[in-house]
Amino acid sequence: MNKTVNQKAWFLVLPVLVLVAFSAVIPLMTVVNYSVQDTFGNNAFFWAGLDWFDEMVHSDRLHAALGRQVLFSAIILAIEVPLGIFIALNMPKKGFWSSVTLVLMALPLLIPWNVVGTIWQIFGRVDIGLLGRALSALGIDYNYTNDPLDAWATVIVMDVWHWTSLVALLCYAGLQSIPQAYYQAARIDQATRWKVFRYIELPKMSGVLLIAVLLRFMDSFMIYTEPFVVTGGGPGNATTFLSIDLVKMAVGQFDLGPAAAFSIMYFLVILLVSWVFYTVMTNFDKEEGL
Amino acid sequence: MARITLQKLAHSYMPHPKSEDDFALKELNHVWEDGMAYALLGASGCGKTTLLNIISGLVRPSHGRVLFGDRDVTDAPTAERNIAQVFQFPVVYDTMTVEDNLAFPLRNRGMDPSYIQARVHQIARMIGMEEVLKRKARGLTADAKQKISLGRGMVREDVNAILFDEPLTVIDPHMKWELRTQLKALHQQFGHTMIYVTHDQTEALTFADQVVVMHDGRVVQIGTPQALFETPAHTFVGYFIGSPGMNLFDATVEGRFATVAGQRLDLGLDYGRPTGRVQLGVRPEYVALSDDPSGLPVTVTRIEDVGRHRIVRAEFDGRPVNAIAHEGQPVTPAMRRLSLAPGHINVYADDWRVQGKAA
Repeated sequence: MNKTVNQKAWFLVLPVLVLVAFSAVIPLMTVVNYSVQDTFGNNAFFWAGLDWFDEMVHSDRLHAALGRQVLFSAIILAIEVPLGIFIALNMPKKGFWSSVTLVLMALPLLIPWNVVGTIWQIFGRVDIGLLGRALSALGIDYNYTNDPLDAWATVIVMDVWHWTSLVALLCYAGLQSIPQAYYQAARIDQATRWKVFRYIELPKMSGVLLIAVLLRFMDSFMIYTEPFVVTGGGPGNATTFLSIDLVKMAVGQFDLGPAAAFSIMYFLVILLVSWVFYTVMTNFDKEEGL
Repeated sequence: MARITLQKLAHSYMPHPKSEDDFALKELNHVWEDGMAYALLGASGCGKTTLLNIISGLVRPSHGRVLFGDRDVTDAPTAERNIAQVFQFPVVYDTMTVEDNLAFPLRNRGMDPSYIQARVHQIARMIGMEEVLKRKARGLTADAKQKISLGRGMVREDVNAILFDEPLTVIDPHMKWELRTQLKALHQQFGHTMIYVTHDQTEALTFADQVVVMHDGRVVQIGTPQALFETPAHTFVGYFIGSPGMNLFDATVEGRFATVAGQRLDLGLDYGRPTGRVQLGVRPEYVALSDDPSGLPVTVTRIEDVGRHRIVRAEFDGRPVNAIAHEGQPVTPAMRRLSLAPGHINVYADDWRVQGKAA
């Protein structure tokens, strides 16, 4: 039997095409549009080719922001992932207290990001903040508006406070799905606590852990609101992460061309690193003995 | 290896059990003799797994004591009891190779590497997995995984007992037969005490020296397969063991005579005057279809040929009754009576068997 040709079927995919076009392709294309043009005002644009990309690739300012960004993401992943696993392992598995812990853990996730920033901005202030006052009372010279190290510490502690719950909750869900028989078998086999973690809990959590790492990486790599509210990128440029720098460039200096080139590269870096994470972790997972 | 004694053992999952119904396992005294093969038989949810987990120490009994030899191990953790247990569904360590899985219990006990190597290969040969020793356990089929679980259960030679919790549920039929035969061979070779939980009577009867039948949290009978067949101590045993199960007739019994729906039967032994719900239990194997007018009048509804014999499904007094007609035994439309073989009729009062005395 011959297949009948029926081009009407294209109409069925049309809604999706339109939706994707408006939600992703067209907005992205406007950015691409800016990235290859230059203007001196009066709405007159002229072709700039890949000049902006070239400039951005060699920009020290961007390199510095990227360095800070990578360092920030690395630090918070190194803290939040192990800490989240540790918390999940110690959360009550059932009963009244498990519900209480779940709600408590979910609370930071429900707070809007600028509110989180505001909370920590006030909390850390040396003049009126509880944390700031307490630390100075203890004789510790703490001031996140002057000292880059203090600013970093504040931003990192804030992110850990805000997002460790997400890792913990995901891991908790992974742990809950392990059948009781595995723990019983491990007791029969006389496995130590560490071996139970290494050979039962960790492998069973690997799926959710992958999601947790990816989410935390992407989110932390794009972080804007909280450090902007707390430090505004300062002192100096100490906590100017990529998106803060991008906003300064696009909105503050109105350098649309370089900012657009910057955005596209930023997007590609996130895509690339996420892909690397994903590939490495799924392969690590599947690796065969022979 | 040691004898395992259960003293006044009972278990309830509730903190303050009020009535007997709150107990998942009702009071039980039993000695598991060293080196015997036992089957623990019963319907799902009757407390078999609870009993097994108490023996291995995964569950602490709420009442009573567990002794290994003369040592009270009621509060001892699983590790100290040195017990192997195989679960219903495969439990393998996914990220390890098959070899590491099998070696895991031995390594945890700090055994000598050369011994581990030899022992793992021996076990792998037995479960037919020598070729896949170097492969990761992840990605193997369910029955291959269950074979690994079985192998891990058997890898330690010095265990006090090996407990099997319906281990062959996920294995396909021809492999089931082979593994069961190997377990039996293993038992004869090493003489471990084995307790094998199942709800499959064939499995229980072929595997075990002694069968423990449980019903509703209670051990209703412990005996050889033969005893369970001939003299079920409880109507549940009669019904659960045998295919089809035992026929039960409501009756009144006085001395050595019973009356069933107006028909008088000679029981051969004196049963006194049992009270409560009195029933006669007769295995289909001891019921014959005949045209003898002194038999019980029945309506035959169906005859099933199951190969070696035929099962006669009939109705007596509005209730189903089964008889077995052996090969060569004629079945004709004129046969509308059932005769019960004397000497094979058991009397039950409120489900428990009444012992008859020679009249």
